[in-house]
Amino acid sequence: MSDRATFRVWRGDSSGGQFRDYATKISEGMVVLDAIHQIQSESASDLAVRWNCKAGKCGSCSAEINGMPKLMCMTRLNSLDLSQPVTVEPMRAFPLLRDLVTNVSSNFRAKLKLKKFTPRAADSPDGTWRMQQTDVDRIQEFRKCIECFLCQDVCHVLRDHHKHEEFVGPRFFVYAAALEMHPLDTEDRTAQLKEAGGIGYCNITKCCTTVCPENITITDNAIIPLKERVVDRFYDPLHALVRLVRGKRNDPAGT
Amino acid sequence: MESFKQFDHDVLVIGAGGAGLRAAIGAAEAGASVGLICKSLLGKAHTVMAEGGMAAAMGNVDDRDNWQVHFADTMRGGQYLNNWRMAELHAKEAPDRVRELEAWGAVFDRTEDGRILQRNFGGHRYPRLAHVGDRTGLEMIRTLQDHLVYIQNIQVYMESTVIRLLKAGDRVNGVVAYDRERGEFSVFTANAVVLATGGIGRAFSITSNSWEYTGDGHSLAYNAGAALQDMEFVQFHPTGMVWPPSVKGVLVTEGVRGEGGVLRNKDGRRFMFDDIPENYRAQTADNEEEGWRYVQGDKNARRPPELLTRDHVARCIMREVREGRGSPHGGVFLDISWIKTRLKDGEAHIKKKLPSMYHQFKQLADIDITKEPMEIGPTTHYVMGGIRVDGDTQMSTVPGLFAAGECAAGLHGANRLGGNSLSDLVVFGKRAGEAAAAYATKQSRASAPQDAPAQVMSEALSPFARGKEAGAESSFQVQQDLQTMMQSLVGIVRREDEMKKALDGLEELKRRAAKVAVPGGREFNPGWHTALDLGNLLAVSEAVTRSALERKESRGGHFRDDYPEKDPVFSKFNILLRRGDNGEMVVSRENIPEMRGDLKQIVEEQK
Repeated sequence: MSDRATFRVWRGDSSGGQFRDYATKISEGMVVLDAIHQIQSESASDLAVRWNCKAGKCGSCSAEINGMPKLMCMTRLNSLDLSQPVTVEPMRAFPLLRDLVTNVSSNFRAKLKLKKFTPRAADSPDGTWRMQQTDVDRIQEFRKCIECFLCQDVCHVLRDHHKHEEFVGPRFFVYAAALEMHPLDTEDRTAQLKEAGGIGYCNITKCCTTVCPENITITDNAIIPLKERVVDRFYDPLHALVRLVRGKRNDPAGT
Repeated sequence: MESFKQFDHDVLVIGAGGAGLRAAIGAAEAGASVGLICKSLLGKAHTVMAEGGMAAAMGNVDDRDNWQVHFADTMRGGQYLNNWRMAELHAKEAPDRVRELEAWGAVFDRTEDGRILQRNFGGHRYPRLAHVGDRTGLEMIRTLQDHLVYIQNIQVYMESTVIRLLKAGDRVNGVVAYDRERGEFSVFTANAVVLATGGIGRAFSITSNSWEYTGDGHSLAYNAGAALQDMEFVQFHPTGMVWPPSVKGVLVTEGVRGEGGVLRNKDGRRFMFDDIPENYRAQTADNEEEGWRYVQGDKNARRPPELLTRDHVARCIMREVREGRGSPHGGVFLDISWIKTRLKDGEAHIKKKLPSMYHQFKQLADIDITKEPMEIGPTTHYVMGGIRVDGDTQMSTVPGLFAAGECAAGLHGANRLGGNSLSDLVVFGKRAGEAAAAYATKQSRASAPQDAPAQVMSEALSPFARGKEAGAESSFQVQQDLQTMMQSLVGIVRREDEMKKALDGLEELKRRAAKVAVPGGREFNPGWHTALDLGNLLAVSEAVTRSALERKESRGGHFRDDYPEKDPVFSKFNILLRRGDNGEMVVSRENIPEMRGDLKQIVEEQK
């Protein structure tokens, strides 16, 4: 590997921008974020980038590297073709603030569309609960989520159709699934998922699962089971009949 | 004059890691209107990186554990320089804070009978760390965050940096901040301010800490007249990655050793058996077999020497490296793969209990930790020192100013035990938030400050004005030079002549920092943000250096080559730093109040 590489980095803000090339020295083990930092310190101190832990744990440095949504801190240069310039651009599903930094505030509003965790009464007089490891393995998978929003970035409902206010997106289906499958939780979010969550927009292309840096099986383990709950509740004719006979037990509008 | 936005709250919390989030929740539940100001997006603070777990004497795995043992362990680990009242409260309240997290949705790993599982960690007599694999910090921060966002009277100001505390007379009455996104200023008024800004690791070049750890809270408090304490005690975590260069310093959890990982030098020797300190000899295994039985839960076995306190393990590693027995890249070997010879499902066990470590080494170093040893070495991890606070309320020496978590001093003394940080955050975050709310509602309304903001804003903008001057400095370069100097002169091994050289170096760096020029605009400009962090880094670096010069002995995280032994004279006081009338840093010694009789008895019984 040559000791220099070129990074084609998006520079600009909401009014527009362009790619600019920066050549920098590379060394063993480097990741894309190292290269961006080096460029910052050598020639572009105002190059805007979010980052925190630089160890794949905080989910701050999401970007599109050669067109693929990735964490910059976990993308090794030896995994890229350095004979060509490496393109580094901001997540395209969100409004651009500056350079590699986007406005991800819609993600911080989405949780409020889903009811919060509400545990059942404690199992033991000392106020504690009992749960078996096998019963929490599934939601521990969901709770690995680092909120990097790469799944939101790649989701066509958000990226191409801009349904940010009608569709909470894969991250928040994972959030909802962690709550719905939590052994202690007593809430029912099915109606919210259908209405405010817009889960019907998802047509299970599994792009979210492909890009998840935590390898969460978003589509199969979170979204599909939630979709099944929505279908059972609202679209199953047999259930509708039962509801008709037994009285309107579930309010389809959701509360 | 530069314009600014104005906001008004009862309580301001600065920082949104575990301590800040818990403080905000505590203050809001006590009825206060709360402004939570943080440098990053919500949920990204450094707490997210905590791996091993949260220490709390729940006794779920070993019923001999209780708060008294935890208290004694914390004091022993801190070499008795701890604020004993804080150590007492921490040991008593940590179990409730763990259970509270569970009630708010946290999903800890389970015991066979369905309770919260606890793991072994250095310096803890019994398995005590509630954990979720090796991503406990993520679980904590997400649980607190998801609880907080539904609370009405908390307003979160993300990606905003506080640059000055404002005072009316002796009292704190607000802050000046800028938002990173647009570079615009805000003035917040409040009767009480809780600092929860974390540590100072970015003052060193090899660190496990993120960019945020620039000692903001330490420096803000110091400049507002508060006393700092114990700043010589910086924890160098024994196990950071050493290779490849780009990940040097990234943390390798102590959980690796808790699960049976062993340290070896290049000759394959488990060198930790070679030096077991006197005060830990009775509770440390003297052979490999006993050590293994301990990590497998044998209650009659003593813990392996790999689980001695971090200060000691870090020094043993340094010794091996210095004496030529290190690994190829200047560390030693940490091996967890060997447990496959003892456990039939060893590989799966490693992946289940240490998933992030597996992932981290595989992805960043091309190492499969289930098959080969890791190369590790010490990395700057934590500062035991910080803002001097009252043990019960967390109020600093400035009325209305509180501190919790890493930026506060006292709980950990000379050395922090692993796992005691996450519990510290929520125990004292809650206390600080509630005390701040109580204080704030008792005071008359803070009035909006008039003159101070103008000066603060023009100072903050000065790096732009200097844009075209000759001899202009780059903020990144000055920061990097500071880190290199602190690492080599005030790092893990210290000497008087080197530290004096560091003080001269800091003066020179201050002059250079005053000449930093920043190109570009005010919108999300990292060069400018770094320029504004420099003042904080310089202040905490000076604080560490002056305190370290004053402590002419070796104890806990502070090791002096020229005074390699512990000196009983220095066991009687904490070292304090205050800002003098002419802006100079004043060092003083403050006697540690005598420990309450019942606590003394616990310490004796647990020896």
